[in-house]
Formats: sequence, structure tokens, C-alpha cells
Amino acid sequence: MTSGTPVPDDIAAATAATVVLGEQDVARALTRIAHEILERNKGGDDLVVLGIPTRGVPLAHRLAARLAAVEPGLVAEALVGSLDVTMYRDDLAQHPTRSIGATTVPGGGIDGKVVVLVDDVLYSGRTIRAALDALNDLGRPRAVQLAALVDRGHRELPIRADFVGKNLPTSTAERVRVLLAETDGRTEVVIESGADGGPR
Amino acid sequence: MRHLLSTADLDRAAAIRVLDTAAQMAATQGRQIKKLPTLRGRTVVNLFFEDSTRTRISFETAAKRLSADVINFSAKGSSVSKGESLKDTALTLQAMGADAIVIRHQASGAPHTLAHAGWTEAAVVNAGDGMHQHPTQALLDAFTIRRHLTGGPGNPDGVGNDLAGLHVAVVGDVLHSRVARSNVDLLHTLGAKVTLVAPPTLLPVGVGPWPAAVSYRLDDVLAQGPDAVMMLRVQRERMSTAGGGFFPSPLEYTRLYGLDARRLATLPDHSIVLHPGPMNRGLEISADAADSPRAVIVEQVANGVAVRMAVLYLLLSGDGDTGAAPATGAVPAVTSTPAPATTTAGATA
Repeated sequence: MTSGTPVPDDIAAATAATVVLGEQDVARALTRIAHEILERNKGGDDLVVLGIPTRGVPLAHRLAARLAAVEPGLVAEALVGSLDVTMYRDDLAQHPTRSIGATTVPGGGIDGKVVVLVDDVLYSGRTIRAALDALNDLGRPRAVQLAALVDRGHRELPIRADFVGKNLPTSTAERVRVLLAETDGRTEVVIESGADGGPR
Repeated sequence: MRHLLSTADLDRAAAIRVLDTAAQMAATQGRQIKKLPTLRGRTVVNLFFEDSTRTRISFETAAKRLSADVINFSAKGSSVSKGESLKDTALTLQAMGADAIVIRHQASGAPHTLAHAGWTEAAVVNAGDGMHQHPTQALLDAFTIRRHLTGGPGNPDGVGNDLAGLHVAVVGDVLHSRVARSNVDLLHTLGAKVTLVAPPTLLPVGVGPWPAAVSYRLDDVLAQGPDAVMMLRVQRERMSTAGGGFFPSPLEYTRLYGLDARRLATLPDHSIVLHPGPMNRGLEISADAADSPRAVIVEQVANGVAVRMAVLYLLLSGDGDTGAAPATGAVPAVTSTPAPATTTAGATA
């Protein structure tokens, strides 16, 4: 309807790009999420952390490293993996052909495990729906939880995150970009206003 | 990529993209649940005017693993045997809503005609046309070579690599072989050095400009230590009795161009042996060579499914507008215009 014009007051959308989280903020959010995961699951038994490509994968590795640092007995490499959801998406026919990312699951598989999905931005929820389908083909986890660095709202499906780095009210015309040192050279979360704000 | 008609149409980036996609597809085929929902509701027609077992089954498996509906059509027992033309067959398939047509035809260029004559909207995949091209076979060969010779720990499929610096010997009936033609184009594109080895009678006229070296002596080429040796099938159905005048006798062909245990032993330790199948055991390849641990012939078949899944995915999954970003290239409009169609669809609850 009135797309574009009303702007949430805490975000100065007048400028082209606003940094909403810096490197330290991202680090603090991940540390908090790591503690919340351990608290919720009463320890790190049977945890598997799966990142959703592309930005979710380095985030999952960072999160796993923090989990291992906090909880004795956990080894980061043994609990982290990646889950590509491209082939499960419902919008393949609406976009140019997407490249398929890698799916790697820790040696123990996911049967009976608590899987924590990690993604950078939670938006429509469709990526997570695809991820749940993809998980279903890999095995049967005991529970699936969702960690997102940014929740920007505008859900189109009944999906919510268990662990959120920052809730960021946005308009659909804006674009939220997560930059990570591993892939982009620097770590920050940016809101870009403008008409080219397609969802990722 | 709109159609896949010839490996000569693929540039290096496009070829690597197919191979990388195939690597991810192959990874899914090691799972207990091999089926993916990606092409649900799409229809793939296997239009086979020539006999084929492995290629048709491979395409059928690939399409089914991606949840596409598969319709098999062979010329025998169809209206083609009553004299229906390719055009009318294509119009019929179009009317039935085929999204992709996988075609094998005895006439070189038939897939090209099908793709460009305007009879059908479907994506066309060449599954072998006459003595012209067989692109998915070349892609699966390249995938197999890349996996064995460039993959390492941490990257077992060699994702992202090309074949630069590798030397591939293609041995045998080059004249009748669409596999050889597709492989020469693709291996050259990927940076490999190709040597064709065949008796002069089994080399096509005009082989000179091909991006490949030519030799008549297998032992000389094997002495150069090729990284991969691809044996071609002697296509006896395209010749008359015995050698059909192409060579004096099968025994002589085997002596000069057959891969046997002795020749296999002269290869470097890392070298692999490929064969597109079906093999003539005892003619171009001995049982010792075919069953040796270096022969990756059975693995080629498995990789064929993954490569064909990748091709079908790349042809069918997008919006048909490959690479062209929708309308964002223009100057950003003032914010009163609605966001592009992709965001507005269901953005408001």
C-alpha cells in the first residue's frame, strides 16, 4: 500500500546507508546468543549448529567457536555445519537461477540432535521454511531452533526466531545487509533505503 | 543458459558453474533420501530417436530425483514410425506442456533445429545427435576428471577448479564419436591439453583446426604420461562387417589401439581411465584395464546422474531470464513507486 513513505522513526532513512550494528555489537550479540542457547538446552549435549549460506555459514562458525569457549567439552568444529536450502525454495521460478551452496553436516548426523539454524537476516521466513524441509530430508532432529543476527519483521509465514541478535523494525522498501569479515572484509549491519530494496 | 546443445557454446565460467552445481547434486545423492523437490510440477520429455540405455535412464533418474515428471518417448512404437515429422512431434509436446525436451537423434543438428525453429518453448538438451555432440557426456567426463585429478582434502570434488595443465588422451573411433567432439571442445575450454589417438581412417577429415593434438601411435602418447586416458567405443554399428574398411581386423585394432594391462602399467600412478560405455571388452579395452582400480567407468555413470541433475536445474529452475537482473539497473526511482514486483508480492499481510 503506502510503500516507502512512512519510515520507522528510529532509523534515519534519509541517508543511503545507516550502520546499525558495528563489529563489537555483532560480537556481543553472538556471545549472548551462545549463552542463551546453552541455557535453553541445559548445556551443549547433542547440539548441532547449521549455517544457511552464504552469510549464515560464517556466523555459525563464530557461534560455534563461542559455544566451545563457554561450555567445556564442546569442540567448535564438531558441532558446526552448513545447510543449503536453494533446492527447497518456493521462489526459484521468480528469480534468475541461483547457485547451489554446500551442505555439510557434522559427523554425528542430525538424528536425535538439537539443531540450531543460523541465518543473518530473518525476513519473510521463507528461507527458514525451505531449511526445515531440507532438514527433513537429512534426518530427524530432536528439536530445531533458530538463531538470526537480525530480525527485520514482515513475516509471511508462521515462523519466529528463538535467538535474535537485534530486532530491527524496517520498511519493505529498505534493504538490510549483513557484512562479515569472512566474506566482505569488514563486519557490520547496514540498512540501505531506496527503491532497489529487494529482499535477499 | 537457455538450451544445452553443444559444449562449444559453454565458456569457461558456464562450464565450471555446471560442474560446481553437479558437485552439490552429487553430494545429495549420497543421502538416504535422494529426492529433492526442486523441479516439482515441471515436465521433462525424453525424446529418443536412437537406442540408448544409460543416457536415457540417467536423464530419467536425474529428472525424477529433482521431482520433475518424466515422459519417455522412443521412436519405436510411436507416431514417428508412422512417418510423423520432428516438427509435428515438437508441436505435440509443446501442446502437452513440456518444460524441457531431452533429445537424442541420429541426425546431427536435430536438437538445434528443435531449439531454434520456434516449434516449442521448452528448454532443449542435446543427448547426442548423429556424429556431432553429446554435451552431458563431456560434462560428466570433465566432472570425473576434475574430481580425481584436482580434488584434494577439504575440496574432494575440486569445486571451482578448471582442468588447466592436465593432459587427456582420447583414444579410438574419433570419426564416429560425438563424445570425442564434445570432449575436445569442453576440455579445451577448461584448459586441458587434448591428444586424439586413432588410426588415420578413424579420424575425421578436417581434424586439423580442432583444438587438440593428433597422434596415430598410442604407445608414444602413453609414454608422455597423460593424466587421463579416455577410451572411445569402436562404433561397429556405424561400420559394416569387421572393421568395415576402417581397420584390417579387430585383432590388429586391439594390438595397436587397445588398452591392455601392459599399456596400463606404463601410465603414471595418478592416471585414470575413462570410457563412455558401452564397452567392447577385448576390442578397445581389455578386461584387465576395464576392471582395474584406475578405471573410473562405473563412477562416470554415477556422476552422469549428478551432471544431468545440474543441467536440468540450471535450465529449468530460474525465471528463464538468466543473469539479467530485473529492472534494478535503472536510476533508482523516487520512493513513492512501489518496490519491485519481487517485494510487493504478499509483502502486506
